[in-house]
Amino acid sequence: MFKKLQFAICAIVFIASTAHAQKLRIDVQGIAQPTPVAIVPFGWEGNSAAVPLDVAEVINADLKRSGRFAPIAENDMLQKPTEGDDVDFDDWSILGVEAVVVGKVIQSGDNAYTLQFQLFDTFGRRQLVGYRMPASRGTMRAAAHRAADMIYEKLTGIKGVFGTKVAYVTAEQQRDNRLYSLIVSDQDGENEHKIMESKDPIMSPAWSPDGRQLAYVSFEGSKSSIFVQTLRSGNRFQVSSKPGINGAPAFSPDGRKLVITLGGVDGNPDIYVLDINSRQTKRLTTHRAIDTEGTWSPDGKYIYFTSDRSGGPQIYRVSATGGTPERFTFEGSYNARPRLSPDGTRLAMVHNDRGNYRIAVMNIERKDLLILSSGRQDESPSFAPNSDILIYATRQRGDGVLETVSADGLIRQKMASGQGDVREPVWSPFPRF
Amino acid sequence: MSFHKIFAVALLGAFLAACGGNTIPDPEPTDTTYGGNSGADTSGAGTDGMGDLEAYGGNNEEMLGNVIYFEFDSSEIRSQDQDLVAAHAIQLNENSFNSVRLEGHADERGSREYNIGLGERRAQAIRQALMIQGVSASQIQTVSFGEERPEALGSSESDYAQNRRVEITYTN
Repeated sequence: MFKKLQFAICAIVFIASTAHAQKLRIDVQGIAQPTPVAIVPFGWEGNSAAVPLDVAEVINADLKRSGRFAPIAENDMLQKPTEGDDVDFDDWSILGVEAVVVGKVIQSGDNAYTLQFQLFDTFGRRQLVGYRMPASRGTMRAAAHRAADMIYEKLTGIKGVFGTKVAYVTAEQQRDNRLYSLIVSDQDGENEHKIMESKDPIMSPAWSPDGRQLAYVSFEGSKSSIFVQTLRSGNRFQVSSKPGINGAPAFSPDGRKLVITLGGVDGNPDIYVLDINSRQTKRLTTHRAIDTEGTWSPDGKYIYFTSDRSGGPQIYRVSATGGTPERFTFEGSYNARPRLSPDGTRLAMVHNDRGNYRIAVMNIERKDLLILSSGRQDESPSFAPNSDILIYATRQRGDGVLETVSADGLIRQKMASGQGDVREPVWSPFPRF
Repeated sequence: MSFHKIFAVALLGAFLAACGGNTIPDPEPTDTTYGGNSGADTSGAGTDGMGDLEAYGGNNEEMLGNVIYFEFDSSEIRSQDQDLVAAHAIQLNENSFNSVRLEGHADERGSREYNIGLGERRAQAIRQALMIQGVSASQIQTVSFGEERPEALGSSESDYAQNRRVEITYTN
């Protein structure tokens, strides 16, 4: 069952270049026995007095936020080595610390640095992993997250997601209207970038498999259309703007197609596959009911979607090449918005649990349902690329906020935005280096 | 008061800057009020010698309600709203150059894209009712905003009831 609140940390976040500064606060509910580790402050060999980034602090915050580790305080450290050769294992094992990270940042040019780190098993008295990475001031934070990912994977056997990003939509009430924004930030809430803003609603962001593009729905002009926008350039193109509903885009595993919902003039929402280059569409469902929220299985074989053809919404799946849909969920009166884990073993959904809309995960093989959230109005589940964590939107005192939960339900974090209503989080794929 | 004012639409600046996140602000004002007296664009104040207006020649579209509300999980037009729908049908039949946009909305419960479907279903219910009463399909356009544009921002049953609606907006 769910354990008591273990600890809470606060991280003040600022936006680099947007007008509206938002504050994201992160609270963590963790497991009972997080592993004690030590991240020793990194050494600095450079021209100026100040190191460009406190790398140890970034790694420290990442590991702590995972809920699986309890980094010890700097004051408790008996030594502060920056090189592996100087690590005295007795000084760490006496503190009960199971793993220690040491490292340094070395400046090699005006904006050229090397980030070096080593991870040691203090009881086994051996190095587990160690790397040197080139970095600039602009990439130092990403390099620190990458180091944290390698450390996390070595210690848990699970790939780290500290180097990944999250896209989400915010709505701010202004004097006469609402301002909708599409935001991309690091998974810890840092480094926010506004990708697009509009006085008309923005919905349903979806990452391309290479993490370079976002598809989304925009209501600019008081009609819905689907755009694909390249993050680096900001260029976007409209891929669907038919009469009626243009909604719910999700990329195919090869990135060449989108599954979308089209409603048509007569307003019968059905699932279509859109070839992004040719703009050709292929209709997959024809039922009079609402068919929407399509998503590909990671192997590309199936499209899972929501349909209320049986009365209330339930999850169905259909072969990605077409055929007869089969019903997939039977437990409860409301199951919607399917999303598959990238390893293909689990299906996340919005599930009505005695009047409350909650995030649930179903094992594809066993079909058993695990309810992961505890709000009244939780929505938009999205798996992290390691399939081990989900992010979703919930409400806190009327505001939309984001939460993450481990797929076993044990570790939970909250990311609360200081401004506006935050919704529809989607977790990026792994970064490509 | 005009019920079917068209709001200026926020057209986005073409393309947003790269990862730097600088967006191009909306260059268009959303408020078309002119002359400093907000909301007074149809007022007759200051025109000496004119009395109150008297309606002439049947229903004036300004007098019609333009919001139709729905029960939970329903797209059925309630009996008390049938006359209002019929009045809009008359308005559209008598003025074939008129056209409407039917904006369907849902309350916030459940999944967002599914709610787009529910809002569309409500807009279609009004569209079908208008067409049965003779309105041409070419005079009607539908759009569903799902739960994205609530009328009431709270989460009580009465807020939800206000948000399950279709707004009839004359676009011509």
